[in-house]
Amino acid sequence: MKKTRTMLAALAVGLLASTSALAGDVRIMWYSDGVEGEVLKDLLDRFMKENPGINVILDNVAYSVVREQLPVQLEAGAGPDIARVTNLKAQSQHWLDLRPLVADPAYWDENFGAQADWMRPDGSNQISGFMTQITLTGGFANKTLFDQAGVAIPGKDATWDDWAKAAKQVAESQQVPFAMALDRSGHRLTGPILSYGGNYVGADGKPAPLDQGAKDFLTKFVGWIEDGTMGKDVWVSAAGSTYRAAADDFINGQLVYYYSGSWQVPNFSTKIGSNFDWVATGSPCGPANCTGMPGGAGLVAIKYTKNPKEVAKVMDYLAREDIVKEFSERTLFLPAHKGLLAKGLDFKTDDAQAKAALNTFVSATGSLSELAQKLPGWFWSDTFYGALVTRVSQAAAGEMPVDEAFTRIDADIAAKVKDSGL
Amino acid sequence: MRTHDTGRAGLSAIVTAPVHVVMGILDMPLRRLQRVGGTGGMAAFFLMPNMLIFGIFVLLPFFINFAYSMTGGTALFLPDRTFVGADQYARLFDCRSYVDPGSCVEDTFWTAVWNTAAFVVLQVSLMILVSLVTALILNRDLAARSFWRAVFFFPVLLSPVVVGLIWKWILQRQGLLNFGLYGLGFDPYVWLNDRNWAFAATIGVSIWAHMGFYTLILLAGLQAIPKDLYEAAEMDGTRPARAFWRITLPLLMPNLLVVVVLVLIRAVQIFDEVYVLTGGGPGTSTLYLTQYIYETGFAAQLRNPGLAAAASILMGAVLVVLTLVQLGLGRSGEKKGGRK
Repeated sequence: MKKTRTMLAALAVGLLASTSALAGDVRIMWYSDGVEGEVLKDLLDRFMKENPGINVILDNVAYSVVREQLPVQLEAGAGPDIARVTNLKAQSQHWLDLRPLVADPAYWDENFGAQADWMRPDGSNQISGFMTQITLTGGFANKTLFDQAGVAIPGKDATWDDWAKAAKQVAESQQVPFAMALDRSGHRLTGPILSYGGNYVGADGKPAPLDQGAKDFLTKFVGWIEDGTMGKDVWVSAAGSTYRAAADDFINGQLVYYYSGSWQVPNFSTKIGSNFDWVATGSPCGPANCTGMPGGAGLVAIKYTKNPKEVAKVMDYLAREDIVKEFSERTLFLPAHKGLLAKGLDFKTDDAQAKAALNTFVSATGSLSELAQKLPGWFWSDTFYGALVTRVSQAAAGEMPVDEAFTRIDADIAAKVKDSGL
Repeated sequence: MRTHDTGRAGLSAIVTAPVHVVMGILDMPLRRLQRVGGTGGMAAFFLMPNMLIFGIFVLLPFFINFAYSMTGGTALFLPDRTFVGADQYARLFDCRSYVDPGSCVEDTFWTAVWNTAAFVVLQVSLMILVSLVTALILNRDLAARSFWRAVFFFPVLLSPVVVGLIWKWILQRQGLLNFGLYGLGFDPYVWLNDRNWAFAATIGVSIWAHMGFYTLILLAGLQAIPKDLYEAAEMDGTRPARAFWRITLPLLMPNLLVVVVLVLIRAVQIFDEVYVLTGGGPGTSTLYLTQYIYETGFAAQLRNPGLAAAASILMGAVLVVLTLVQLGLGRSGEKKGGRK
């Protein structure tokens, strides 16, 4: 009887522990592009040894969970204590202000101040968290395929047309299914749109209708999907604003030129290994400029936490210069820490391709357009991206002419602005 | 040493003892209640716990959802939302022509409606046909009949996400089907990038995944038909086809009706396996109503829970109407059968 009671008590405690946060618990919702989940776990294990009163629980989830389920949890006033997110500005009302909680707010302002506005409600001086990495969109070329085809890799100032022509030539020569691919993402489309002179931001700070620059690139892009230059699988394969990447096609040697971003470097370094040679190429040029799109993932504290002091302690630890250094060097991510960037990093890889790619992305930060740097902190960016993906996909699938897609994009965005009541 | 039976009796006593204790405590108040309210009230009393759970988990969410459909804005918490009356419904019905989704303000909603309608018509008819034929075959004296029953039931045990993934691995560009075709000297084909093939795949996969369950219901119905009816018909020289139309089908009708209602409801609600298999693509050719609701309410950047709620209320209304029509047809069939 005593044994049964003990078992029932243990079961009850187990159930309670599984459903609610206990004092000292800090739950982190985390997604990974590469190996960063393992590195973070390692760092957190060390933190817990140093701080036995704080139990950090790391929930590794798919990116789609962060994108689709976390916002609903936040709206319901629930969710984890800390989360790694990319949709930073539009959800900033849910982030906890760490300013009164962290040990040294001046350290945060000094080192992470440049991107602090991306994740704070407009007009505030809130410390919401820090960027775990700064990313930049850009291209990757399968060098082996180019070499085998005897086609020269287009140079630094090559245009989108130059890349399309060269990639198609290589794909035909080497019998690979895809010449080019660009992730099914509005953020990814935006770099080339800006290079064609596009501008999403109206005079009142709200979304403007699609302009000629945007229309020019989108018309070209849909044309490339129709004629097979751009991989059909990524953009035509889903409805709505669902995210799709073409990383696996590139890793499998099925793709000549892939436009994605710097976060793919560790992924490629791990998965491609010595299977073939690849290079990062920066962003191709349009008539206006050769810009990529900056971005990145931020680690933010959630204001609905029951343990804000413990959360601040974990955030202080993860934002420490030596920890950011170790995290960046082991994950091959570009840090946002100003002091660390000034001192330099020694990325922990023997992969010369990965090192060269990271350097290419670092040098590409010099060619960012002013607008590209503004968009990560613009409230309506994700609204714009969502409408772009949905409608461009439909045009690419042949469901509507590209002109109608433009009209629908403008209408969708106008409806969202109206719905928001802002 | 305790025997097996003694152990079972002991276990039974442990299980029933608390029931006796509870019934002992409840006995007197229940008798008094019965004296005051009569026996009719007792049924309501015993139904109360069930009704309470049904009310909290089914009726209350329904009313909350209806309340959401009358509100606007992006907030999720109901009190933070603004009352807009029937605006969300008006937006869904703002069309020049309902058969041309392109003429509607919410064009993807109407695309989803027509896709779902086409899916329901084809999938329900094919599902019933395939399940019925399979049940008829499995009802015969086959060798290894239990094995075949298990084979057809096995996909029902799989999660819809697993079903979607399995078929994606088969149908994708570098999938098993193309591997086989390539081996036979044919050119590979990207099945899921073709509107018609993708649509057909969603129908085929959903039939494959769920037919085992409906086959089981029909099989139970077939086994309940007395064998002597067939023997008598055979003695009268009735052909098997006539026996099917005159004996099997009428006696199977109650089971068939259940199957039709269940298949229909499930077909209108199709989501998970299709979301994994095609993601609603290519374009919007396999975008069904539930995915539209999910995308609008949860996945879209700056979601619109009010619009999603309105669309789900409309979907629920269509389901209720369809179910009532089915039940009405079933009852009229029973009455006609009774007159004969």
